[in-house]
Formats: sequence, structure tokens, C-alpha cells
Amino acid sequence: MNVLQGCLVLSSLLFAIGLTAALARSNAILVLLGIEVMLNAASMNFIAFWRYGPQPEAATGVIFVLFGIAIAAAEAAVGLALVIALYRHQRSIRLQDATRLKG
Amino acid sequence: MPPLVSHLWLIPALPLMAAALGALTPRSGRAFAAGTALLALAGSLVLSIAALSVALRSPGQHLYANFSWFELGAGTVRLGWLLDPLTAFLAVMVCFVGLLIFIFSLGYMREDANFARFFCFLSLFAAAMLGVLVANSLLLLFICWELVGLASYLLIGFWFHKPEAAAAAKKAFITTRIGDLGFLLGMLWLYDASGTLLFFDGGRGCLEAGALQGLAGATVGGLAVSTVIGLLIFCGAVGKSGQFPLHVWLPDAMEGPTPVSALIHAATMVAAGVFLIARVYPLVGADQALAAVPLHALTVVAFIGAITALLGAVIAVAQHDLKRVLAFSTISQLGYMMLALGVGSWTAAIFHLLTHAFFKALLFLGAGSVIASAHHEQDIRRLGGLGSRMRVTFATFAIGMMALSGVPFVFSGFWSKEAILHAASEWDVSRLPLLAGLGAVVLTAFYMTRLLCEVFLGRPRSEPAAHAHENPLVMTVPLCLLAAGAIGLGFLGTPAGPWLQSALSGSPVEPHSILDKGGLLGLSILLVALGLGSGWALYGRRPRSEAEAPDPLERAYPRLFGFLAARLKIDEFYAATFGRLARGLGALAVGLDQSVWGGGVGLVAGLGELAGRVNRRSDEGGLNAGFNAASERLRGVGAAYGRRQTGEAHGYLRTLAVAFLVLALIAILGGGR
Repeated sequence: MNVLQGCLVLSSLLFAIGLTAALARSNAILVLLGIEVMLNAASMNFIAFWRYGPQPEAATGVIFVLFGIAIAAAEAAVGLALVIALYRHQRSIRLQDATRLKG
Repeated sequence: MPPLVSHLWLIPALPLMAAALGALTPRSGRAFAAGTALLALAGSLVLSIAALSVALRSPGQHLYANFSWFELGAGTVRLGWLLDPLTAFLAVMVCFVGLLIFIFSLGYMREDANFARFFCFLSLFAAAMLGVLVANSLLLLFICWELVGLASYLLIGFWFHKPEAAAAAKKAFITTRIGDLGFLLGMLWLYDASGTLLFFDGGRGCLEAGALQGLAGATVGGLAVSTVIGLLIFCGAVGKSGQFPLHVWLPDAMEGPTPVSALIHAATMVAAGVFLIARVYPLVGADQALAAVPLHALTVVAFIGAITALLGAVIAVAQHDLKRVLAFSTISQLGYMMLALGVGSWTAAIFHLLTHAFFKALLFLGAGSVIASAHHEQDIRRLGGLGSRMRVTFATFAIGMMALSGVPFVFSGFWSKEAILHAASEWDVSRLPLLAGLGAVVLTAFYMTRLLCEVFLGRPRSEPAAHAHENPLVMTVPLCLLAAGAIGLGFLGTPAGPWLQSALSGSPVEPHSILDKGGLLGLSILLVALGLGSGWALYGRRPRSEAEAPDPLERAYPRLFGFLAARLKIDEFYAATFGRLARGLGALAVGLDQSVWGGGVGLVAGLGELAGRVNRRSDEGGLNAGFNAASERLRGVGAAYGRRQTGEAHGYLRTLAVAFLVLALIAILGGGR
């Protein structure tokens, strides 16, 4: 197995772990964490394909990932603010409780 | 290259780590925070002494270790550590004086609730200053320089619940920032002109002959480029070292705890400005060889220093706050150092910087000792008679006072001030700096005698002063050690044996007899005697009897004294000019906004409103019926979808995951491309 495959396997594992966390947890913060892990798995793919791909000179992968990290940071900020607002509203951050926006 | 040079970063890193640990310590961890701060600085002291011995063993050399920080496009940003006697002497001084101030703070701040935070900030301050010293790159120096500014902001405003302290911290930060803008511009220009910010880099650094020739050779507007860059960098030093016209923050910085004042005035912060000019001395002095340019950078430095030396001393005469007198004396002494730099003797400036660090730290800690035992009474009119009750403080404060006044032969201040006056007398551009320096000698001796007599002689003039008593050993031992330094340090650089000057410059300095310029020496001794004598005659012979009695000078010249006590109204002048200018611009902007732009926007809005009315008429009359029908259909569809929206985030996530899997399967089984 070469390094690229190793990276891909690792990122798939990360993705699966993140997905499991997002699906199985009811705590909103832990679900957010799971989503972050999935994002990082994607970032890792970008880096891996850039580094071991045909054109490692152009810094395309790094640029993608830098954007990804910035967006993830923004997402975490908004997400955590939502969690706080949710907690203020109903004194709980169980996702199953937050169903009042349904149609 | 000795291995120590590449590990020079440890000197600032140790206090920095202590600061990081202190930041994580809870309020209750007082002993831990203070212990790590003291240990780290002691470690830095040991390293600095080792560095000094290395530097002394290779005289005249600049040992450096450069490394690349990061790459940006085609260029590489490189930083480095530099070890030469200038760095090493100052690092030892900063660590030693800093350590004594830290120990003193153990006693001074023992009742403060935020003891741990205080030591965290102190460590950060020391770390930043040490970083300034060991930097081999103007960029790294600038980074640490700004950290010094940050730490001073935090410490001056340490008691931020007092509005004056918060305002003083802001004033210090903003005033020094004005100077730093010049510094930044100078740095950028230097990078543009020479292509590097490293000081020494195997012949390619910006302080080495190759770059300097290019900088002094090019001209801009009649001046050499190196002159302009030097003056811009000097702006930073003017802000940091409290030189006229940016000195206004320094007296206000007295709002911080007294150990902080000692640290700012002696070891860190204000020393940084003098050090900066001494460090870039080859650059600032690169235009000296040019005869055709109308202005040399060092001439400006000398005149600013001379103005500051005289101005600080004049204002100090009429201050009533114990710490403010000392603050203005610092301004005046810093003026001396800049004067020495300007007239071409940077070794004399550094000599005075070192001796001044000791006796000024001594004076400030002595003031702290007085303030601590007199329940934070700082007005010298309301103190008095402390000499008999606080003998150690009195004795050490007197030593500091005599060192600062330049009492001959025994005290260090005499020798370093002599070196500066000697250098000024040999300057052939103008006699004014020498005259200003001599004038400040009289005034310094005068106001320090006044201070000593008012605080320690006579009888107590207030309740707290009457109950003052000597402080514990943790506060008096640092005083004694500093007093020993205030006496002994002068003998490192007497004219007959200028060891320090030789070690700093790396080439032996010819000793000369102290009678060589006997006239100047005699004159300055005479002036010191005059200052001490007139001070004693006015304040010592018949000490002030009650707190409300006017000052003898105030009785004689009330208007002049009031003008001096108001610090020459410079603060008011700034408020009336720059402050009013800023406020005027603000008012103009508001007026423009409200009348001109506001009118335009209102007009456009009115047109929009009119169009809206027309639109609504036609809507309600004609179009609505068709849309209503369509909307009903949409509502039905929406309701159908809405039933699927359970509001369960997990349900959505699951749908997403399944959809993703299906798409992935299609992509894989479909064979892709």
C-alpha cells in the first residue's frame, strides 16, 4: 500500500468515525464535533491528492484546505452560538428536543 | 560559533514560558505563579551571564545564528539571534534588576487579589524586553518591541478599576503607537532599500558595510536615504523612551503599581528606545561621512535628547507627587542618553543606561517602600519625617538620590554623566546640547534634594506618614543590593579605566586622566554642589511644617511654578490642538453625513416610495387574483412537504448519509468515466 492509499484509508476512517458520531450522538456539541471530523477527512483527501497527485508544484490542495479550515472555523462559531441560543431557549442541547422548527 | 549563540532564544523564552504558566494559574495559585516567574528570570540571568562571558571572549565580533521563518512567494523571511557585548550587558542588567524588582513585588503586592496575574504580566514584560535585546532582525525586534508595549499597557492598567489607571494605560499605548508608526515605516523602507532586515548576515545584513554604502549613497529630497530611515526608526525610540514631544505618557504611567514603574523606568520599556538606536547605530550614523547633506540623523537625535534632558528636569522641580518627580527625572536622564547617542558616543549612552537602571530602580523601589508603608500616600507635601522611622529605605534612597544627582567620585551616576558631558563637549556641530546637559545637572541635584528633604526630613504631615514603619526584608534586601550597584557600577567605566567602553565597542578605548578636561569636570562638580546647596537651603534647613504650606518657590514665583506644575501645559496643548482637530473633523463628518449625504439618500428614498405607491395601486387592482390562485396551490404543496419535516436533526442527517451512499454507489458501479 503506498502513502496515498494510506492517507485515503485514514481519511475514510475519519469520515466514518465523524459520520457515526454525528448520527449516534444526541448532544448537539458532539454532533458538531462529528461534522468537524468529517470536514477534516475531506481536507485530508485534498492534501493527499495534491501531494501525491500529478501536480504537486501548484499549491491547489493547500488553498482548498485553507478555505476549508476557514469555513470550518466560521461554521463552528455559528454552530456553537446556535447551541448557546438553543440552551438559553429550552435549557437543553439534546437534538431530539429541538424540533420546534418543523413544518 | 559557541553553541550558546544558537540557543540564545532561551533567554527570552524562559520568562515567556513562566508568563504562559502564570496565565493558566488560577487566582489561588499565588506561590506557584510567583515561584515560576522568579525561577524563570533567575534562569535567564544565569544564561545571560554565560552569554556575557562568551561575548567578552570574542571582542568586536557579532555572533549570530540566523534561521528562516517562512517562505513567501520567492522571498524568505529570516530571523536570527545576535550576541555581542551590547546585548549581553543589557540582558544581564535586565535580568538582574528585573529579578530584584520581582522579589520586591512579592512584598509590595502581597495583599493584591490578582497577585498571580501580576507576575504573569511581569514575566511577559521581561520576556519581551529580552527578546528585543537578542533579536538579530529588525522585524523580530519590532515584534518584541510591540510585545513590550502590550505588556506595559497591561501593567500600567493593572488596577483598571481606577479610571485614571485605565486612561493612563490607553494613553501610554496610543502615544507610543504614534512613534511606532514611524518605526514601521522606517522598517518597510529599509526592507525596500536594502532587501533584508537582518542586522548581521555574513556581509549582507542591513548594518554591514555593503548595505550601508548603498543607503548612504542614495538620496531622497536632498537627504541621504539612511538619514530618513534612521529618523523614522528614531520616531519609535522617541515614543518608547519618552522623548519630547511624545513624553506625555511617561508621567501618567505612574498609575500602575510601583514595581511596574520601576520596571518601566529602569530595566525595560524606556531602555528599549535607547537600545534600539544603539543597535542600529551604524545605520543612523551612516550619513556622518557625507558633508553635502543638509541634515545628519544624529544631529536630530542630539537636539531631541538635549531638549528632553532640560525639559524633564525643569518640570520635575515643581511636581508634588513622589512618583511623578521620579518620572520626570527619568525623562530627563533618557534625554541625556539620547544626547550621548546623538553626539556620537553610544558607549557613554549605554554606560549611563546601565547605571541609571540601577539607581532609578533603587529610587522607584524606595518610593514603593515609602508608599507601601504610608498607605498609598504619594503627595510629598503630606509625607515627611520618614527618615527616622524607615532607616534602610532612607539610606538606600539617599544613595540613589546622590547617584542620580551625580555626587562626585563615589556614585555611579557621576561617572556615566561625566562620560556624556565629555562626549558632548567634543561635539563640533553645536554647543547647545552641552549647555542643556549642564543646566540639567543643576536642576537634577536641586529637585532630588527637594524630594529627599520633603519625604524624609521634618516631621510627619499626615496621619499615614506618622504611622509609617520599615518594610519586611523581602522589600529592603533588593534595595540594599541595588544601592550596592548604584555605587559600584560607576567604576566599570571611569575615564582612567574605561573597561566597559572598551568591552562594548570591541576595541580598546584610550584611558585619559580625569584632569584631562579638568575645567568641564570642575564645572559640573560645582553645578552639582550648587544644586544640592540651593535645594538644601530652600527645603532642608527649615523643612515644611504643614501640608498646606506653599512651596518656597511657589511663594516667590507663583505663576512660573504653576506653569511648571502643570507640566508646561503640554498635555493641554495637545488636547487643544490635535484633540480639537480630531473632534472638529468628527463634527464635520457628522454634519456632512446628516445634511449632504442624508439629503441625497432622503431624495432617493422619496422617489422609491413614490414608485412603491404606484406599484401597489396596480398590484392590488390587477395582478393579485392570478397570484392568489397560484399561491393556494403552492401552499398545498408546501403543506405536503411540511409533513415530512419532522424537525429531527438526526433524521435529516440520516437521509443525507443514505443519499450520499446511494450517490457513491452509483458513481462506483456506474464506472465513472
